[in-house]
Amino acid sequence: MSVDIDTVHRVAHLSRIALKEGEAERMTSELNAILGFVEQLSEVDVEGVEPMTSVRPMAMRRRDDEVTDGGKADDIVKNAPATEDHFFMVPKVVE
Amino acid sequence: MTDLTKLTLAEARDGLAGKQFTSSEITNAYLGAIDGANGALNAYVAVGYDKARTMAKASDDRLAQGKGGALEGVPLGIKDLFATEGDHTQACSRILDGFHPPYESTVTSNLWADGAVMLGKLNMDEFAMGSSNETSAYGPVRNPWRADGATTDLVPGGSSGGSATAVAAHLCVAATATDTGGSIRQPAALTGTVGIKPTYGRCSRWGVVAFASSLDQAGPVTRTVQDAAIMLKSMASLDKKDSTSADVPVPDFEAAVERGVKGLTIGIPKEYRMDGMSDEIEALWQDGIAMMKDAGAEIRDISLPHTKYALPAYYIVAPAEASSNLARYDGVRYGLRETGRDITDLYEKTRAAGFGAEVKRRIMIGTYVLSAGYYDAYYLRAQKVRTLIKRDFETVFDDGIDAILTPTTPGPAFPIGDNEHHADPVKMYLQDVFTVTVNMAGLPGIAVPAGLNAQRLPLGLQLIGKPFDEETLFAAGRVIEKAAGRFTPERWW
Repeated sequence: MSVDIDTVHRVAHLSRIALKEGEAERMTSELNAILGFVEQLSEVDVEGVEPMTSVRPMAMRRRDDEVTDGGKADDIVKNAPATEDHFFMVPKVVE
Repeated sequence: MTDLTKLTLAEARDGLAGKQFTSSEITNAYLGAIDGANGALNAYVAVGYDKARTMAKASDDRLAQGKGGALEGVPLGIKDLFATEGDHTQACSRILDGFHPPYESTVTSNLWADGAVMLGKLNMDEFAMGSSNETSAYGPVRNPWRADGATTDLVPGGSSGGSATAVAAHLCVAATATDTGGSIRQPAALTGTVGIKPTYGRCSRWGVVAFASSLDQAGPVTRTVQDAAIMLKSMASLDKKDSTSADVPVPDFEAAVERGVKGLTIGIPKEYRMDGMSDEIEALWQDGIAMMKDAGAEIRDISLPHTKYALPAYYIVAPAEASSNLARYDGVRYGLRETGRDITDLYEKTRAAGFGAEVKRRIMIGTYVLSAGYYDAYYLRAQKVRTLIKRDFETVFDDGIDAILTPTTPGPAFPIGDNEHHADPVKMYLQDVFTVTVNMAGLPGIAVPAGLNAQRLPLGLQLIGKPFDEETLFAAGRVIEKAAGRFTPERWW
């Protein structure tokens, strides 16, 4: 399988990455080189093989349902580019 | 006084405990060494002079009271991927410009609890995506090694290139690093240092900037096998904050170092003899086999039939996980923000400006292989292949193999800006062809320097072990180290 430039534009939008002039062409050929490389996986017989979900068998550990952390609003907004009263500021989302 | 930066970790630890010198002395010696070398090597992206001296002073107080920890007073370098409270922590990406976490990673917390001193943050490929340390927003790291008589700057490997260079050039006693497809072992091989990627789950991933969560593991880069054992003991722990961290005892790895390989069976996988393998790598591998035999190990040829599919499967699984993990960099909660006419425009412009080309490539590949209509053909198939790769290893371990010996990389360090490695992304990816299988199967792997090539550049051998059997890797790695010796670059910087 290979991608065309329209697909690259669509994937860039899904990835929320703006592409500059000329970048889409370069990206198309690079993505196709990588997709060409991974194409060899189609020769592997995976009939009846379970997909890996964890490299080692493990049960998810549980803990008591209680508050163990929190009250750190100052810390949480500390690194934000724009904040007001512990809110993250963004351009208007809803008209 | 002798040059304190020449000491191994074990020697520094013992010298500090024996009060032959103070932590302030060795810390200042390293800060001076960094000042004298970092302009040329670019290993550190931030040096914490005040913090280092404060930590060293506190260590000296504890040592004076006889209350020193396992790493008391030992100055370390920390890869920029680890969150360290109030410090530069950017995964060497522009998108985290100005980010100073108000928290500390579990691995570094463990090191400070054992008394270690932090010198600063080490350069790396952006978000640990790269094999040459050239994708860093802070520019490439130079390898302290150069080919005999040459002045060409070489890469130190990646993604932990700053860690490997800093250890090789004596700009820290030891360094933390991380390995998703080979990012500890490949730079260790290219700089003549020791690096171990422990079993998945051995070290907590909490506070380590995520790349591919099912593959990422922290580990040390050091100058000796014994030093790696000491570092890993301090780094490893069960952590409630990482549900994948393993509830298994952390053994005294250092005690296993001199155990030898007598009576062990070492497997030699025929599939690692790839088409076009260079004569120098083939010869190095044969040397390694001879070292194991001489030390009393039995050598057995084995087959790991799905080896060649590990790298292509990795280049589906790792980007898929990365595309998801890196979705958090949106210009809203931390780091860089570019203004946009609406929220989507803000996201797209921020991520276009903040991510470098390799990171964008991987996010887009990951987004594509997870997108509707392609998930089964790419992602699900790759995860099935991953099951087969792991099964290959289980089969040979069940048949009595104790560890597997392979080359670490297909060749020595290559020049910075090398056309061959930049014209085609796949060519660069092949750097990890021998290391990536280990991450796909969650196994431990150690890289040990095993010799110099004709141009007098270091080459490494890799040992792969059973889950949670790092001890055998330290013992077998030490056999190589004893037979091959240690390698230190000649200073040109």
